[in-house]
Amino acid sequence: MNNEKRHMGMRTLNAVSNTTIHILLVIISIIWIIPFFCIVMQSFRVESTHMVSYVIPHTWGLDNYKNLFAEGSFYPKWYLNTFIIAIFVAVLQTLIVLCMSYTLSRFRFKIRTKLMRFMLILGMFPGMLTLIILYNVLKDLGLTEANSVPGLILVYVASSGMGYYVSKGFFDTIPKSLDEAARVDGATRAQVLYKIIMPLAKPIVIYTILTAFMAPWGDYVFAQYVAHLVPDGYNVAVGLNSWLSLDQIANNYTKFCAGGVLVALPVGILFMCLQKYYVEGVTGGAVKG
Amino acid sequence: MTPAILLKIKGKMGGQTARKFRQGLSSPQKGVESMKKYSDLEFLRLSKWQKFVYKFLSFFVAIPKAILNFFVGIGKGIAKFFAGIGRELADVVTTFVKGDWKTKVSYVIMGFGSIARGQVLRGLMFLLFEVVFIVYMITTGGYWLSMLPSLGHQGRETIVETVTKFGRTTEIETFQYHDNSFKILLYGVLTIFFIVAFIYTWRVNIKQNKTAEKILKSGKKLKSGKDDLRSLVDDNFHRTLLALPLTGILVFTVMPLFFMILVAFTNYDYQHDGLINLFSWNGLNGFKQMLTWSSGGVNYSAAFGEILTWTLIWAFFATFTNYFLGMFVAMMINKKGIRLKKLWRTILILTIAIPQFISLLYVSKMFSDNGLINLALLDMGWITKPIGFWSDPANGAILSKIMVIIINIWIGIPYLMLVATGILMNIPADLYESAKIDGASGWKQFSKITLPYMLFITGPYLLTQFTGNMNNFNVIYLLTGGAPTNAKLSGASAVGHTDLLITWLFKMINGTEPKYYLASVVGILVFIVVAVISLVVYGILPSVKNEEDFQ
Repeated sequence: MNNEKRHMGMRTLNAVSNTTIHILLVIISIIWIIPFFCIVMQSFRVESTHMVSYVIPHTWGLDNYKNLFAEGSFYPKWYLNTFIIAIFVAVLQTLIVLCMSYTLSRFRFKIRTKLMRFMLILGMFPGMLTLIILYNVLKDLGLTEANSVPGLILVYVASSGMGYYVSKGFFDTIPKSLDEAARVDGATRAQVLYKIIMPLAKPIVIYTILTAFMAPWGDYVFAQYVAHLVPDGYNVAVGLNSWLSLDQIANNYTKFCAGGVLVALPVGILFMCLQKYYVEGVTGGAVKG
Repeated sequence: MTPAILLKIKGKMGGQTARKFRQGLSSPQKGVESMKKYSDLEFLRLSKWQKFVYKFLSFFVAIPKAILNFFVGIGKGIAKFFAGIGRELADVVTTFVKGDWKTKVSYVIMGFGSIARGQVLRGLMFLLFEVVFIVYMITTGGYWLSMLPSLGHQGRETIVETVTKFGRTTEIETFQYHDNSFKILLYGVLTIFFIVAFIYTWRVNIKQNKTAEKILKSGKKLKSGKDDLRSLVDDNFHRTLLALPLTGILVFTVMPLFFMILVAFTNYDYQHDGLINLFSWNGLNGFKQMLTWSSGGVNYSAAFGEILTWTLIWAFFATFTNYFLGMFVAMMINKKGIRLKKLWRTILILTIAIPQFISLLYVSKMFSDNGLINLALLDMGWITKPIGFWSDPANGAILSKIMVIIINIWIGIPYLMLVATGILMNIPADLYESAKIDGASGWKQFSKITLPYMLFITGPYLLTQFTGNMNNFNVIYLLTGGAPTNAKLSGASAVGHTDLLITWLFKMINGTEPKYYLASVVGILVFIVVAVISLVVYGILPSVKNEEDFQ
C-alpha cells in the first residue's frame, strides 16, 4: 500500500516536471525563432526601408527582393562570388583535409607526433595576423579587389590542412585490422585507401564537404580585407554588412533582410538535409579532440 | 538526429572511456606533491566538505608546478635541439672521413653518389635542386639577403623639374621608387626558408650516401627509380598524401607567421609603409610600447591590460554559460517522456544552419539605438529614451558586455546541445541503475554521475572552447564592432569596451592609420597567453587521453 502510494507520488511528480520542461522548451523555441521570424517578415515590408517599431508589415510585397536584382545592384555579383568560392573550397578543402587526417590517423612515420604538436602550436597564433602579408602577396599576383574570388579560394584552401581533428577522430574509429587484412592480400597503401577506407568514410566526407561549403558564406575578415572596398569583389557577408553602415541603413535595411533570407534559405535547407552527418561529426569530434 | 546514430557513437567510444572514468573517480588527483597526499582509502574516509576542499586545493596546488613544467619543458626542448645539431654535425664529419670517393664528391655535387651507384632518378632530383638553389642565390637571393639587415636604404625620391614652356614656368614632380622594405623582408624570409631547405636536402643527400654504402657492403641491391616511384603509393604513401597539405600550410601559414613575428621587431606602420618611407628594425620597442606604462601620448599598456582582462572574462563566461546551459537543454530534450524531441532539436539547430553573420548582424541591429526593440519600447511608452545596448559606456559598459554574453548563449547553446547529447547517451546506464537502487534522487544522480562524467570527458573540449572564445572575432565584431567607445583609451586604435584582443588587432591593421608592428606585437602576446593557458591546464586535466586508446 505504502509502496504503491510512493509510486503514484513519483508518477505525478514526473508528470509535473515533464509539463514544466515542455513549457520551458516552448519558451526556448520561441526565443530561438523570433529573430528569424522578424527578418523574414521585414523582408516583405514595402511601405518603408528603414528600421521600424513593428514586425508585421503594413503593406506586403516583393519589392525588396526585386530591388536586389535590379539594374546596378551588386547583390547578384556578391551571391555569385560567394557561391563560386564555396563550391571550390568544398571540393579542394575536403581533399586536403581527408589526405591530412587519413595520413595522421593511419600511418606511423617518424615526425608524426612532432608534426601534430607543431600544428597545434601554429593554431594558437591568431590567423588574422597573416592577413597583412597575404593581402600584399595577393595584390602582387593581381588577386585582390575585383579579382578577389581566386585569391580567397587560395587563402581558404591553402591552410585548411590544419583542420584535420574531426575527421582524424573518425578515421581512428575504423578498425586497423581492415587495412592489415587488405595489405596481407597484397593491396598497396593507395589501394587500401580507395577500396577499403573510402566507402566506409562516407559520413565524414559529407561532413567535411558540408562544413567547407558553409564556411565561406559567413567569412567576413578575409573577404573584407582582400576585397578592399571594391564592391565587385565582395562576398555576401561583406556586401550585406556594407548595407548596414550608418549612411546606408536607412535605405537598405529591408533589402538587407531580403538578401539575408535568400542566403539563409539554400544554405539552411542544405544543412538541414545533411544535419545527421553534421551531428555525427560534432558529437564524435568534440570528445576525441 | 536519429537515436541510431547516437547509439553508433556510443558503441564507438563506450568501453574505454567509461573504464578510464571509473579509474579517475576512484583515485585522487595526480600531480599533487607539495601538499598532503591522501591514499585512496584515506580520501574516501574524508567528509564531503573535506573532499571538496582537497580537490579544490589540489587543482590550484598543481598550477605552479604545471607552469614550472612548462618552462622546464621549453628548456629541455632547446637543449635537445642543440644536442641534435651536434650529433648531426658529428655524423656529417664521420661520414666524410669514412666514406668512399663517391660519397666525398657528393658533399659538393649533390646526388653524385646516387647517380654513380645507379639511382639515377634520386640523384638527378638532388642535382636539380642544387642547381636551382645556386642560380637563385646568385641572381636574386643574395641581394635580398644582403638587404635584410637594413631593410633598404632609400625610399621614394621626389624629383622636382622646372620646365619652361611657352614662357611659363611650371614645376613637375616625379617620383622615383628605390627600395621596398616590405619586399626585402618578404623575400629575405623566403630566402632564409630556402637556405634551410637546402641545408636539409644536403644532409639527406649525405645520409643517403651513407646508407647506400652500407647496403652495398652487405651485398644487397639498391632500390631503382621504379621502386622509388612505386613506394610513393605504398610504403611512402604518407609522403604523397601530405605533400600538398603541408606545402599549403608552410606557404600560407608558417611563412606568413614567421614574417609577422619579424614585423613585431620593426616600425612598420602607416608612416613607414616600406615604399614611400622605408621601415627598419626597431628591436623590442614595439613590445616596450605595448607593455610599459606611458603617461604621455597613447597609453597602449592601459588599453592592453583592460582589453586582456575583458577578453579573459568574456572567454570564461562565454564558455561556461554555454556549457552548462547547453547541457541543461540537452538533458531536458533527452528526458524520458518528453515529446517532439526532434522538433526541439531542429529549432535549435536553425542557428547553426543559417550563416552566423546574418543572425549576428540582424540581432545587432535589433538592439541598436533605433532598432526594433528600442523603437517598440518607445512606442509603447515603457521608456522615454532608447536603451543604449551598444552605446551606453556607464559602469565600464556593463550592459553591452552582458548583452554580448547573452546573445552568445543564443548562438552557442545549439552546438553544446549536440555535443552534450552525444556524451549523455554514452554514460553507462548501469551507473544510473545502481544509483536508483541505492535511492539516489535526480539531483544526486546529476551531481554525482552526469556532471563529473561530462566534465571528465569534455575537459579538453572546454579548453579549446575557452581559447576559441578568446579569439571569437565574429561574435564581437559583427555584434558590437567593439562599441561602446572607450573614451579613456581614445587614440589606441579606437578601442571599445567590448573589444577583444583579436578585434583590436584587426582594427590596428584595418583602420586609416594602420600600425602593423603593434598588431604583430598583440598577435604574439595573444599567442603567449593562449599557449600558457593551454599547456598549464592541459597538464592538470585528468582526462588527457592517450591517443591510441581510441583505436
